[in-house]
Amino acid sequence: MPSSVELKDFEASKKMRGVMGRYFTELMGPEASGTKIAWCTSVGPAELLRALGFAVYFPENHGAMLGASRMATDLIPEANARGFSPDICSYLTSDIGSYLKGESPFNKMKLPGPPKADVLVFNTNQCRDVKDWFQFYAREWDVPCIGVHTPRAIGQVNEIVITAVARQIEALVQPLEQISGNKLDRDKLKEVITLSRKCTELWKAVLETAANVPSPITFFDGTIQMGPAVVLRGTQPAIDYYEILLAELKQRIADGVGAVEGEKHRIYWEGMPIWGKLKSLALQFIELHTAVVASTYCNSWIFEALDPDKPFESMARAYSELFICRSDEPKEAYIERMIEKFKVDGILYHNAKTCPNNSNSRYDMPQRLEGKTGKPFVIIDGDLNDLRLYSEEQTRTNIEAFVEQLSQG
Amino acid sequence: MEYYCGIDIGASTAKLVVIDAAGRTVGMAIGRSGVDYAKTAEGLLTDLCRSQSLDRSQIARSLSTGYGRDNVPWADAKMTEIACHGKGAYFHFQRRITVIDIGAQDSKIIHLDETGRRKSFKMNRKCAAGTGAFIEEIAHRLALDISELNALAEKATEDVSLGSFCTVFAATEVLEKIRAGVDVADIVRGAFNSVVKRIVEMDRVDGLLVATGGVVAHNPFLAKLLGQSFGAEAHIAPDAQYTGAFGAALFAAEQGQQPDA
Repeated sequence: MPSSVELKDFEASKKMRGVMGRYFTELMGPEASGTKIAWCTSVGPAELLRALGFAVYFPENHGAMLGASRMATDLIPEANARGFSPDICSYLTSDIGSYLKGESPFNKMKLPGPPKADVLVFNTNQCRDVKDWFQFYAREWDVPCIGVHTPRAIGQVNEIVITAVARQIEALVQPLEQISGNKLDRDKLKEVITLSRKCTELWKAVLETAANVPSPITFFDGTIQMGPAVVLRGTQPAIDYYEILLAELKQRIADGVGAVEGEKHRIYWEGMPIWGKLKSLALQFIELHTAVVASTYCNSWIFEALDPDKPFESMARAYSELFICRSDEPKEAYIERMIEKFKVDGILYHNAKTCPNNSNSRYDMPQRLEGKTGKPFVIIDGDLNDLRLYSEEQTRTNIEAFVEQLSQG
Repeated sequence: MEYYCGIDIGASTAKLVVIDAAGRTVGMAIGRSGVDYAKTAEGLLTDLCRSQSLDRSQIARSLSTGYGRDNVPWADAKMTEIACHGKGAYFHFQRRITVIDIGAQDSKIIHLDETGRRKSFKMNRKCAAGTGAFIEEIAHRLALDISELNALAEKATEDVSLGSFCTVFAATEVLEKIRAGVDVADIVRGAFNSVVKRIVEMDRVDGLLVATGGVVAHNPFLAKLLGQSFGAEAHIAPDAQYTGAFGAALFAAEQGQQPDA
C-alpha cells in the first residue's frame, strides 16, 4: 500500500553522495589506473592499508548496495549454482553472483564495477565467511589473500588477545610492503590512525544525538549515513562530512525536530539491516510514530581504542572489542547500556538467516535481557540481502503488533 | 441501538462479527477472502445487515484486522490479529491465558496477564508448517475434503510420525506412508501431530490454554492433541474461527464508547 508519510532526508545527504561518488570514481574510474588496490573487510586493518598507499575497497559496502538495490536476490542463485550454499552469508553470495553475472549497482554510476584487487586483506573478527569470500577472488585473479584471525566469542579483551591480534597485523606489513612497493612510513600510519580516530569520534557523536527525545536520526538514516565511516575512515573527507551532518543534527535538536513526527516509542535494532526493505520499514515505523533510535550495527564502526601512539596494539584492541566477536556476557552488558543511554522502550532482533554471527536471538539472549531489563522484544525473521527469506506481511504484522504492545504502557 | 463491527480478513477466509454495546454477538458472517478484500468486506457486511435487519447507520464504529486490515475502506480503525485474537479470547475467560491461534497462513502464541494485558507474542517463522496451509496440503495429498479430517484423526489407532519441518517434505513423507499401506486415519493424526509439534516448539504456555482460529474450530481433535502436548487442557474459544473478528468488534466498541471517539 502506498504510504501516507514521507522520510525526512538530511541536507547533508547531497554532500554525502558527492563524497561517496568521488571515492568510487577514484577507485574505479580512469584515474584509478596505476594505484594498487587492496580489498579490505569492513572492520579490517584499513588504516595500515591506507598508510601503505593502497586505494582501499570494501566489498561489504558493495554487498549492501546489492541488497539495497534489490539486485541481490537475482544474483545470489548464480553463486549458489557455483557451489556457495544459499545458507551462507548473502553478502558473499550476492557479491560473487554479481561478479559471475557481470552486473553491479556501480554500472548505474557509469563505473565498470568493483575494482580488481592487488591484495585481499581480511579480519575474521566478523566471521569466517569474509575469508572464504576473499579467497574466491584470490583464486580467480591469482593474487594474495592475507589477513588476521581474530579470536571469536571473546569475553574480556585482555593482553593475550591484543598481543595475538597485534602481532598478526604487524606480520601483514612485510607482504603488504612488497605488494605496494612502499615502505611503511610510521608517521603516515600515525596520521591515518589520527584521522580514523577523529572520524570515529564524530560518527559516535552523530549516533548519540539519537539519545535526544525526539530523536533527530533513526537507525534507517544511520545505515545510509554510515557510508563514509566505513569506506573513508582514515581520510579527511569523512571527517569533513560528519562535521556537517553533526551540525545539522544539532540544529534539528535545537529546533525540536524529530526524525519521526510525533515520536511515541523508541526501539533498539539488534542485528543486520534488511537492505532491500529499508525504505518500507522506515516508513512503517514513521506511520507507527516509533523511532528506531539505535542499533548495534551502526555502532559497529566506532573504534574508540584507536591510538596513534600505539598503532598496532590499538588497532588490535579496536578491532577485537567489536560487539560481533564478543561472547554473550559483554554483548548483553552492551545492549543494557544502550537501552539506558537511548531511553529504549523495546528491542527488535533481526534474525538474519544467512548471518548467524550477527543474529543474537538464537541463544536465549532476548529472553535473558527482557528478564533483566523488563524491556519487551520482538524477533523478525529475514535476511540482510536474500529477500527469498523475508515475509513482508509477517514482518509488518510483527512490528505493528509489537508497537501495539508498547502502546499498552 | 448502536452496534460495533469487527472484520478479520485472513489469508484464506474473511470473518465479520457485529456486537451490541454489551459485547453480545448480534450476527456473524464468513466468506472466502478472495482477491478483492474491499469487495469481500462489503459483501459480508451487506449480507449480515440484510440477514439481521440492521441498517448500516446503526453500526457506530468498525475495526479491521487480519492480512487485509488495510483494505477495508469503511473501517474506522485497524489493529493486528494478534491484538484482536487476544482481546476476543480474553473476553470469554477473563484470566491469565495463552492464546494459540492457528490460521491458514500463520500461527501465533499470545500471552495475556490476568487483566488481559499482552505480555508477549510470537508468530511462526516464514514457513507453512504448523498452519492451516499444511493441513490443506495433506488433505489434498490424501484426496480428502478438509471437513473429513477431524473424524478420521479421532479414529486413528497407530502413531505415525511425520518428521520433516518442511510442508513439502512432509507431503513426500505422506506419499511414502501411503505406499507402505499405512491407514489413512493414522496418517491424518500424524499430520495433526506435526502441526502441534511446530507450535509446541514456538513458545511456552502460561496460564489457561485457549485455542482460536479456523483450524481448531473445524478440527477440535487437533486442539485436544495440542493440549496433550503442552500438558494442559486446551479450551477452544466459542466460535473460535471468529475470535479475531469478535476481538476487533470489542476494540471498536471500546473505542466507540470513549468520550472523545
